[in-house]
Amino acid sequence: MTQLNSFIIAALLIVLLGFAYQSGWARSRKLVTANGVKIHSRSQYHGALVAIWVLIPALLILGLWAFFGPNITRAFTVTQIPADVVATLDQPALNAAIQRLQALASGYGVSGDLAPYEQGAGAALRNFQLVTFLIVLAAVAVAGILALLFARSRIDARLRARTHVERIINLLLLACSAVAILTTVGIVASLLTEALRFFTFISPFDFFFGTVWQPNNSGTAGNYGSYGILPLLSGTLMITAIAMLVAVPIGLMAAIYLSQYAHHRLRAFAKPIIEILAGIPTIVFGFLALVTVGPFLRDVGNLVGLDISATSALTAGIVMGIMIIPFVSSLSDDILNQVPRTLRDGAYGLGATKSETIRNVLLPAALPGIVGAFLLAVSRAIGETMIVVLAAGNSPVLRGNPFEPVATITVSIVNQLTGDTDFAGPQSLVAFALGLTLFVITLLLNVFALYIVRRFREQYE
Amino acid sequence: MTDTPRVATLTSAERTRLIHSGLRRRHLSEQVFKGLGLAAIILALGFVALLFADVLRKGVPAFVQSNLHLAVTYDPAIIAVEPAPIREAGQSDADFRAVSLKWQRDVALLNWNKVVEASLRAAAPVGFEIDSKQILTTAETDARHRIRELFVADPTLLGKTVEVEVLASANAANWIKGNIDRSLPDTQQQLSAPARALIDQFTANGTISSGFAWSILGNVDSRAAPAAAGLAGAFVGSLFMMLIVVVLAVPIGVASAIYLEEFAPKSRLTDFIEVNINNLAAVPSIVFGLLGAAVFINYFHLPLSAPIVGGLVLTLMTLPTIIIATRGALLGVSPALRQAALGMGASKTQMVFHHVLPVTLPSILTATILGVAHALGETAPLLLIGMKAFVASVPATPFDQATALPVQIYLWQGNENRNFFEPRTAAAIMVLLALMITLNGFAIYLRSRLEKRA
Repeated sequence: MTQLNSFIIAALLIVLLGFAYQSGWARSRKLVTANGVKIHSRSQYHGALVAIWVLIPALLILGLWAFFGPNITRAFTVTQIPADVVATLDQPALNAAIQRLQALASGYGVSGDLAPYEQGAGAALRNFQLVTFLIVLAAVAVAGILALLFARSRIDARLRARTHVERIINLLLLACSAVAILTTVGIVASLLTEALRFFTFISPFDFFFGTVWQPNNSGTAGNYGSYGILPLLSGTLMITAIAMLVAVPIGLMAAIYLSQYAHHRLRAFAKPIIEILAGIPTIVFGFLALVTVGPFLRDVGNLVGLDISATSALTAGIVMGIMIIPFVSSLSDDILNQVPRTLRDGAYGLGATKSETIRNVLLPAALPGIVGAFLLAVSRAIGETMIVVLAAGNSPVLRGNPFEPVATITVSIVNQLTGDTDFAGPQSLVAFALGLTLFVITLLLNVFALYIVRRFREQYE
Repeated sequence: MTDTPRVATLTSAERTRLIHSGLRRRHLSEQVFKGLGLAAIILALGFVALLFADVLRKGVPAFVQSNLHLAVTYDPAIIAVEPAPIREAGQSDADFRAVSLKWQRDVALLNWNKVVEASLRAAAPVGFEIDSKQILTTAETDARHRIRELFVADPTLLGKTVEVEVLASANAANWIKGNIDRSLPDTQQQLSAPARALIDQFTANGTISSGFAWSILGNVDSRAAPAAAGLAGAFVGSLFMMLIVVVLAVPIGVASAIYLEEFAPKSRLTDFIEVNINNLAAVPSIVFGLLGAAVFINYFHLPLSAPIVGGLVLTLMTLPTIIIATRGALLGVSPALRQAALGMGASKTQMVFHHVLPVTLPSILTATILGVAHALGETAPLLLIGMKAFVASVPATPFDQATALPVQIYLWQGNENRNFFEPRTAAAIMVLLALMITLNGFAIYLRSRLEKRA
């Protein structure tokens, strides 16, 4: 029933719009042929303008109905149930009674015996739904036709229809680019408000400088547990450092070799394959870290007499480093290519070998850009979630041994915010305080890195 | 400088020797440096190869499933139930539905395990001794549902015998595939000794055969029947989310790129929007999950674990990528094209929509597909909007509970039956990677084709 109704309304709108466009188009055409005058805009724009005029009031009415309609129908349905019956029903029972009436009205019927009032009430509701639907339909049609007549009467040779239509398009484009701003505002506002609510339970001092992370997930007032971020921060930084130790040498050397030494065929082959690493979902890396890399490292550790845990900072760090290699290598590649050729040629002219040129001329010249790329990679590693969720072992204790399990900020966010909607206690609210910390750290790193990279580019432009 | 007089006093032969020895050292370090570069490339390529090899090695065996061919007899002695209701004249839809649901409930209350057991015993060698509980561990627990559903669909089966193919249990599959060490003592085996012997008998006499595991692709997730757990629900969930991303992110992203690149006046505000978008592209994905949990679920009360919320979150995450790529493409359009259009009297809007945008179409399409492929593999934000839930159905609309492919991988890797679920997780990863590679390949194909034409 409701589906059919929406189809009818959509069909009506399409017919109205088509008719509006056509009538605007035809009227402006007539201006040309009759008087031979030049009109300002082409007929398509006149048609489009009339169609827009029709669309706006129609959408307004439909929007109002979508907003208020359900409540009006509900209020009417309640009036159909005898007052003495309503008095005996509590809220859920009233809802059930309303649903029964709606099922009756839709013609689907209900199971079981009908209460004495139900048959009549169902029929009344059916009539009411039909009448309101017709009223809405008529309102849309009348408003649309009035708008059409008005817009049509405005058409004359001097009407700047194209300008109007383009201004509306412009407004739509502006609205779309506001979405990006709204997203940022949404992120900042939601993180801030929820984090502030968290700080009403736990003092910011205990959060930012606490060394014990031990949330009591079933705790009530006075017994919430400890929420010190330092163990998580140390785990995050340790894993990030290990990841950078893996990614930066390999990524940088790969970029240098590909851009300075490699035959163009090797470059065409190797570059896209290394980029594949960047496209693989992090959950895949996490799974392999858990089932392959972790046990492998543990066995290697046993061989050399080291006690390496299968899920540890080392496992997560190495796998995360592999994930970041293409990120480092493609950024460094871009930056190396931007160093002017004259610098290199000068070094060659002085008799330097290729590696001397790279080490003594190219890299120092590219250093700011490479530092920027490095910082971007760090920010990426800090925010990475799935690898650490699976492979870091989730042990939020402050310690310095990379062979032992750790926990990170992102892991704790996933653990604390399990998807229940109840944001009442610090147990779930802490996720937002952690998220805010993460957001601020990565934002600062990004802003700083982008600034450095931009300065670097301008230097050689 | 102090060296100069000394070098100058050397004879030319000594000088040549000195230079040569220096050159040797320098060339050696050149070779070492070059070798390090090559090693880095080989290492990086090796990681890619290892990654795929490992996933394939683990995942391929999971695409083989063990099927049990049983002759199932719908014995009226076990299936003691009234005949299925037939719709009477004048009965309302709701009434008929209530009656047939009641009948189905009655059917479900029967002990269908007895039917399964009888058919298993019929397949076992004569005189094979095994108790009821043990013999039932050879078939997957969903066998009784399969057999019951056949009966519900066709109540005339009562008293007849039909050939039915059901799945062997996950533990049986482990035993057959050798995922579990056969020499382990009884206490460490998941199956009892008679059950293991029976499975070997079944394999020998052809009651159990191997086939391609359609269950992975066609079934929904299942906890009680791990051998029947599949990706269908997760696949549809992911599909809904991708549809939402395409429908929302592409128009909004392209429109805002056009505005920023072509129309926006150079002002503080547009500078701010630009910085903003660049930073949004680098915000960790988990922060988008927090946004989704706080805004869409806690504030707008959208349903938990639903593809609509996941789709919206992924849309916001993909938007910056599409905006940045589209802006790059617009920037690359030659000024000659713009000036030609303007020179012919086109307005700015006409120039953009009639001339500039069509030229950039290949780049925009490619960026869109790559953005969607990236969104397809994203896991962390989905966990925060409740997609950790176990969902054993295919979502019919984007508002129903669902999982997504990467979330399913996350859920499966945590399953306790490691022997069985580790290969199955790798198989799910293969499906996800295959999808992503297809999308990426499609993007490359589209770009090369459209660019040739342009």
